[in-house]
Amino acid sequence: MTLLSVESIDKSFGGVAAARDVGFSVERGEMVALIGPNGAGKSTVFNMIGGQLKPDRGRILLDDADITTASPQERFRRGVGRTFQVAQTFLSMSGIENVQMALISGHHQSRRLWQPARTLYREEAFALLECVGMVEAADRPCSTLAYGDVKRLELAIALAGEPKLLLMDEPTAGMALRERAALMDLVSTIAQDAKIGVLFTEHDMDVVFGHADRVLVLLRGRIIAAGSPEDVRNDPQVRQAYLGDSHALTRSV
Amino acid sequence: MDLSFLVIQALNGLSSASSLFIAACGLTLVFGVTRIVNFAHGSLYMIGAYTAATLVPNLLEWSYGPVPFWLGILISALIVGLLGVVMEVLLLRRIYGAPELFQLLATFGVVLVVQDLVVQIFGPQDILGPRAPGLRAPVEILGRRFPSYELVLIAAGPLVLGFVWFILKRTRFGVLVRAATQDREMVAALGVNQALLFTGTLFLGAFLAGLGGALQVPRVAANNGMDLSIIAECFVVTVVGGMGSVPGAFLAALIIGQLQAFGILLFPKITLVVVFLLMAITLAIRPNGLFGRPEHFSGAHAIGIASHAPGRFNAIAVSALLVVLAALPLVADEYFLKVATEILILALFAFSLQLLIGVGGLVSFGHAAFFGLGAYGAALGVKWLGASMEGALPLAPLLAALGAMAVGALVVRLSGIYLAMMTLAAAQILYAVAFQWVEVTGGDNGLVGIWPSTWAAPRSVYYLVTLALTAGTMLLLKRIIDAPFGYALRAMRDSQARAEAIGLEPRTHRWLAFTLAGAAAGLAGGLYAFSRGSVDPTLLGIPTSVDALTMLLLGGIQTITGPIAGAAVLHTLRDQIMPLTAFWRLFLGLSIIGMVLIFPRGLIGTLRYWRQA
Amino acid sequence: MTTPLLDVAKLSASYGRAQVLFDLSLQLHKGEVLALVGRNGAGKTTTLKAIMGLVSARAERLTFSGFSLIGLPTYRIARLGLGYVPEDRRIFTDLTIEENLEVGRRAGRPGRSPWTPERLFKLFPNLAGMKGRRGNEMSGGEQQMLSIARTLMGNPDAILLDEPSEGIAPVIVEMMAEAICAMKAEGVAILLSEQNWAFAAGISDKACVIERGAIRFQGPMADFLANHALRAETLGV
Repeated sequence: MTLLSVESIDKSFGGVAAARDVGFSVERGEMVALIGPNGAGKSTVFNMIGGQLKPDRGRILLDDADITTASPQERFRRGVGRTFQVAQTFLSMSGIENVQMALISGHHQSRRLWQPARTLYREEAFALLECVGMVEAADRPCSTLAYGDVKRLELAIALAGEPKLLLMDEPTAGMALRERAALMDLVSTIAQDAKIGVLFTEHDMDVVFGHADRVLVLLRGRIIAAGSPEDVRNDPQVRQAYLGDSHALTRSV
Repeated sequence: MDLSFLVIQALNGLSSASSLFIAACGLTLVFGVTRIVNFAHGSLYMIGAYTAATLVPNLLEWSYGPVPFWLGILISALIVGLLGVVMEVLLLRRIYGAPELFQLLATFGVVLVVQDLVVQIFGPQDILGPRAPGLRAPVEILGRRFPSYELVLIAAGPLVLGFVWFILKRTRFGVLVRAATQDREMVAALGVNQALLFTGTLFLGAFLAGLGGALQVPRVAANNGMDLSIIAECFVVTVVGGMGSVPGAFLAALIIGQLQAFGILLFPKITLVVVFLLMAITLAIRPNGLFGRPEHFSGAHAIGIASHAPGRFNAIAVSALLVVLAALPLVADEYFLKVATEILILALFAFSLQLLIGVGGLVSFGHAAFFGLGAYGAALGVKWLGASMEGALPLAPLLAALGAMAVGALVVRLSGIYLAMMTLAAAQILYAVAFQWVEVTGGDNGLVGIWPSTWAAPRSVYYLVTLALTAGTMLLLKRIIDAPFGYALRAMRDSQARAEAIGLEPRTHRWLAFTLAGAAAGLAGGLYAFSRGSVDPTLLGIPTSVDALTMLLLGGIQTITGPIAGAAVLHTLRDQIMPLTAFWRLFLGLSIIGMVLIFPRGLIGTLRYWRQA
Repeated sequence: MTTPLLDVAKLSASYGRAQVLFDLSLQLHKGEVLALVGRNGAGKTTTLKAIMGLVSARAERLTFSGFSLIGLPTYRIARLGLGYVPEDRRIFTDLTIEENLEVGRRAGRPGRSPWTPERLFKLFPNLAGMKGRRGNEMSGGEQQMLSIARTLMGNPDAILLDEPSEGIAPVIVEMMAEAICAMKAEGVAILLSEQNWAFAAGISDKACVIERGAIRFQGPMADFLANHALRAETLGV
């Protein structure tokens, strides 16, 4: 059974089409990259899958269940985890409390008024921090962590909901170079082990071609190419989209 | 009810709409450009009225006629405009980047300062202004007499709209103001000095406030309560019209003017309620008002309570403090116990607000609503149900919780300044009900004879009852803050996107937070009613809400214990200094401004910061 | 070589705790067009914003016309003669075209013929027919022209131009290229951030390749064009 299947979704803003007839799928344990130049509609597509936007047309299915109009909260309960372009964590809490908060919500415990939160699911949270290599940051305030660590913490938060599908919006943006590959290797391993499908957007082509099983190329709201990194790299349309009109090159000199 | 009567009512509505628009227009202009809701706008209006009421008679004595009269009105407005410039340069300029809570509090500090200065400069008594020369005789409309000055006012609204329209559309300053309303950063990138633009905007806004006040002089006496009554109405006009929109303010003023004129025929007792209901309904349908655009607020989320390691020391300290407090009746006299009782009550009041602001990031500006509901709940139980203290006191948190559920349901969709304005409006609705529903609430005089049962009547016993209930409730709230629910509130404050992505439902959590905080504030209100023996509408007023905010600010909004220290300090100061000076409000206002500018962390927060640094 | 008009040395910038620029240096000389090329997310926009004082940044040296820009408020930087056209254009949508131009108006250096709405309408004929129209009734390409025209109204000596070709129709891109050449002919230096680098190649004198927040190459455009390996590596997919 296909994990995520996006069926010809459209979205326009005030008459301007941001996504046109976009369709693709993501399988369990697969890493899929969504790339394209600025303004190609990556964020629009991403936010429709994450639940921040509703498509004008088309369907989004998760494990064959229609989630086209589901709220972000409903999607979370159905197994969608996500990270944001600018990492979103709870800055007033410690590292482990961030993960505990996600576990508390995942277990429908967020309205309890008596039991101290810091005693709940501490071991599970610790295990998740261990998984992303953040044990030493467990009791440090999130606001004092380096940005690369915040990104990893956010991954642990997203994993706390035991997602089937992980959405990562520019997972390495703002990170130092050496941290980027390490983070994506980690994601890759976790996705393999837990059979999680990963859909990510990314600007860093090294990250895309080094870690994606499949690549989707978006241009002016349409998918113009999809396939293995090798195929996409050699696609003339893609080269054109990124390199521009080759005639302009000859004209300029 | 014949046609001529309806026409006269409509004209009355138009004239109050005009007055309201002139008063509110400057507020919305200033907000549009500076993003500051200027609480002191009503104070500028009041200064305009006092200045005109003092200046115009002198001019008329010198030479009687329309020219000196209108010249006097204009000069008064210009003077107020210059005061606006002073305010911008000395205060607003320093708080443009501050969280909206601090902006509102700082400008409210100005309100307090102006209240004392006005009494000092113009005297405590109301000043009746002169009638306008040439407009003393009423005109006859459809066989009914109608004051001719009202006709001038009806014309003044559109004239001011035209004047503002001309400035905004036909002058370079206006073009820059409109550009800055939309994108301040881009205006700066084009080489425009925003500081001058902001100063100019404040001049214009204050000028209009002063003009609004001065124009009222022939019909209402200048009095020292007009600042808060007009600012509440101005808030409604700007919020209904959409904050920052001048045409929106005009339309809103028109609607409200007619609603007041005809509302008084249908519901003579609850005209104020009708107006605030309009605001509630407008915001429920259009969260940004008629012509407003979505606001993106930031900054407020950066402040608030953070996690801290639990210490055994804390538990010991709390126990020790409770023992000391419980032993107080052994040594303290009656008066001291009375003050201590009130401090405990106010501490609970402020602590309950901390759940909303410090934990949830929900800047409620109408917390007096729940305190007052609690007080009235208890008092009405005694007066109308004949209940004893034991029977009436539980009604306090109950009624307040019901009120908080209703208010919460309306405001959980809103954020930032709209939430602050809406909670303020809710409190004003209740204030109006308490004020106008004389048969039940006793109106202005309130209800008296709300005394504890005989066993609890001695000061020392009532003190201990208060200690048990307030300390118990605060410990309960503390427990809730540390529980998953409190963490979830903080999570939604820290990052709404992340909170939603892990399945948290902000609206239901925030609604529950309002209910809990309301119930706790209501209990404080109930205890307060029995402590004083009476209730009156001031318990629901804006100053009561600001008291709670000041205690929070004083103690520090990022500390759990801050509000308690804030309540102790504020109430002790008030108790010690108020009898000694005529300048209590001046002192309080300057203190609030000083705290916002110098100690935004509050007392406990600053102490902790020093200890950590 | 003369002293540069805009001199940036070791510029670093962060958004919150995410560092975006790492010790970036570049020079823009009088009357030249320098293209800042690089992939999406490489730090081009942040570089321009940091120069303009719109994001907090540290630098060893950051001068324009000999004046240090470090710590200056944005409006003072603009008044030194440095114009800025943002990537998202940021037209004042409630204002008409003429009013948008009015916001940008600022007297220029004496002795140079100042930009007027009339001259700008000649440069961007599309705008001439719709002076009274509001910004929210314009296409992306028209907004882009207006954004450039608005900045020119301040008679700048140099313009930071962020992605002028993004999201606009090819025929308008062509017009944009002509307008940039005309501006250059007027002696306006341009620091151009471009992803569509074929467009950049056609109009720029020099190239500056930025990768992951640091400068990878700076030199004449011809050298960059000739260096196929570098081109493929920094821009190719």
